[in-house]
Amino acid sequence: MTPIAFAEKNGLRVINVGCGQERSIEGAYCGDLLSMVMGRAKENDAFVTVMANVNTIAVAVLADVACVILCEGIHFDDMSLTRAEQQEVCVLESDEPAFAVALKLGKELGLC
Amino acid sequence: MSVLKWTYEVDGTDFTRAGEASSNLKKKLRALGIPAEVIRKVSIALYEGEINMVIHADGGVITIEMSPDRIDMILADHGKGIPDIEQAMQAGWSTAADEVRSLGFGAGMGLPNMKKNSDEMRIESTVGVGTTVYMTVYINGGPKKADA
Repeated sequence: MTPIAFAEKNGLRVINVGCGQERSIEGAYCGDLLSMVMGRAKENDAFVTVMANVNTIAVAVLADVACVILCEGIHFDDMSLTRAEQQEVCVLESDEPAFAVALKLGKELGLC
Repeated sequence: MSVLKWTYEVDGTDFTRAGEASSNLKKKLRALGIPAEVIRKVSIALYEGEINMVIHADGGVITIEMSPDRIDMILADHGKGIPDIEQAMQAGWSTAADEVRSLGFGAGMGLPNMKKNSDEMRIESTVGVGTTVYMTVYINGGPKKADA
């Protein structure tokens, strides 16, 4: 399932489309410690976090995740969004906690 | 044997710009058709190195050399140096400021991540003089990690 399709089905806001219509979510990783995320998140994971700064986008690019999902109603600043546009990172937002978003991802991925 | 070489200056004053070298190198390696897993390892190892150079050393210089079978990364700074490299290599050990931690780094994962994502890694450091980190990632397998 593409990140955009996941967002539309589950009521998440699409903040930046990026590569969200071409890529497919194949797994998920939740975390706010960017070094941990970079070391553990897999290619094509949905990266679920509340860490909203420009380094979040850099980590998303380097770890090659399918999208970033920002939870708890938190927003990226303009610099981060500009970087997401430049780097074609798909950014979604949810008002729900990371766990609730993870459950939705788990259902879509057939994990729960 | 042809060798490609790139040099990057790391700006030590702007934490938000850390990652420019690794992003730029990633694009170049993609254009050269390097395998995705190799690119991922190089990008992660280099990004952690860049972050360290900004957090601890006011920047420095990164030199990348690529030959047909390997990518060598040399990260040199003139920061305060590492008094105890063995301790610094331990996961969770960090001397980073709270500001850095609040941005999602500084949790003592940087050097372990660099080691994990490189096939060879060596650190030379002198307190008060600076630190140089040498990392190698092999293309198409290469010799295996000794501690894998």
